[in-house]
Amino acid sequence: MTEPTSPWLWFGLALGQILLIVVFLLISIAFLLLADRKIWAGVQMRKGPNVVGPFGLLQSFADLLKFILKELIIPAGADKVVFLLAPIITVTLALAGWGVIPLAPGWVISDINVGVLYLLAMSSLGVYGIIMGGWASNSKYPFLGSLRSAAQMVSYEVSIGFVIITVILLAGTMNLTELVEKQSGWFWNWNVFGGGLANLPVALVMIPMMVIFYISALAETNRPPFDLPEAESELVAGYQVEYSAAPYLLFMLGEYVSIVLMCAMISILFFGGWNPGFPTDFMATWAPTLQSFVLLLVFSAKVVFWFFMFAMAKAIVPRYRYDQLMRLGWKVFLPTSLVGVFLVAGYKVFQKVYL
Amino acid sequence: MALQAIAFYLMATVTILAGLAVVFARNPVHSVLFLITAFFSAAGLFVLIGAEFLAMLLIVVYVGAVAVLFLFVVMMLDVDFSQLRQGFARYLPIGLLVAGILTVEMVMIAINVAVNGAAAKNATPQASLPDVSNTETIGRVLYTDYVYVFQAAGLVLLVAMIGAIVLTLRHKPGIKRQSIPAQNARTPKTGMTIVDIKPGEGISE
Repeated sequence: MTEPTSPWLWFGLALGQILLIVVFLLISIAFLLLADRKIWAGVQMRKGPNVVGPFGLLQSFADLLKFILKELIIPAGADKVVFLLAPIITVTLALAGWGVIPLAPGWVISDINVGVLYLLAMSSLGVYGIIMGGWASNSKYPFLGSLRSAAQMVSYEVSIGFVIITVILLAGTMNLTELVEKQSGWFWNWNVFGGGLANLPVALVMIPMMVIFYISALAETNRPPFDLPEAESELVAGYQVEYSAAPYLLFMLGEYVSIVLMCAMISILFFGGWNPGFPTDFMATWAPTLQSFVLLLVFSAKVVFWFFMFAMAKAIVPRYRYDQLMRLGWKVFLPTSLVGVFLVAGYKVFQKVYL
Repeated sequence: MALQAIAFYLMATVTILAGLAVVFARNPVHSVLFLITAFFSAAGLFVLIGAEFLAMLLIVVYVGAVAVLFLFVVMMLDVDFSQLRQGFARYLPIGLLVAGILTVEMVMIAINVAVNGAAAKNATPQASLPDVSNTETIGRVLYTDYVYVFQAAGLVLLVAMIGAIVLTLRHKPGIKRQSIPAQNARTPKTGMTIVDIKPGEGISE
């Protein structure tokens, strides 16, 4: 896209793009949320939501109406400003991450040099929404939930960071668009297979790294089996206990947006983003918009696949105990991902000399 | 440029106001939250001058990890505010002294930059390698010219980490801990015994 000349035109255009992606994202979330519940129900041999609309397709919109129309209750001892700020921060940060995600060739709001780091920063800021919400509620269970969540998210960020470093080392760039373009062509160019046939041995490192990223992403987004911040058998609903109506809706929305963001990150970092896994030369004669649209569908399919994996994990894996969670994060994932970084870095250095 | 100017003044104002609020907020948790706001808008200022790598590091390291621990500790502390304010008059002279020295230093640096710096010579600051992103530039400098200093800093952090572990790690006797290898190594043979019970006898230990 050509750069508009006037800064105000550029400002307006950027605002329009942001609005477009947010609306697109929120509508997708409404159906992904339903899919989540349906998959969960399917695994347990139930029907799931099936009353509102055909196959329950409008269930999320009915829930939305309910959340908006219900009474907003703020506990008497709560710190009002922080209490209301917390869900807003959660949802804002989750949406902010989407600013650098390349959806299709040329379809990205902000194509910055340090896109990968920006995503890491936004997901690490997500902890503030939860910890502020838990503290401002002025209640024991939410506070315990938010403390758990803060420790959990800080722990798993470390392994996510190391896994991301292996990908950056392999691709040699932190720009997400470049990262995706390097994985174009056949599927063995995807980072999970080492990024090219010549690097195929690296797949032995990258496949475990991908698994670690997936599990850490579950922990980072407080999804089952790591949903200890809201473990209902211990803490009622954790940091969300005192929330009702629209603030609760914002919390839930932020959670789902960041889950889908994590799915998008796995697709981009390891599975080639919008690349379908085979050369797309035959599309060269198509109109650019049509190309981008088709590749957007490919990207969405990958994101939906990973969301399905998230939903399956929720359905079939029992919840971890808290000390097991910490043990997994610090004693298993951290050393493993560190070794992965060493191996990939060593490979990148010696590849030039010996191969 | 107009947009950049607006962004600069917006973020600079937020940084300064948040910095003031850190000092003046009555509730320590609010102070930490304002501190985070100040960090965040300072990161925004870094982005504006083109140091996007530093900005992201500031957010990931300080806001994402260090400030969370701050918040953690401050929330857990049961601070008595009236007691905190008792020593205010006593410590005021020394506080003023430190603040005064810092102010003098900053003014001296500012004067020096204004007189001898790039702005005085009417030159714009130049990156050493204009066509390389600043992540790569920092990497090149850090791992060549300053590699010993960099490694030494790493060693200092390692020593601090080991020190913290040594100070806090205690193995209390008498606490049952989960041993996952021991659990996984259990087989039906070691875990249970099959007893053939004759009628009317029961089990004798």
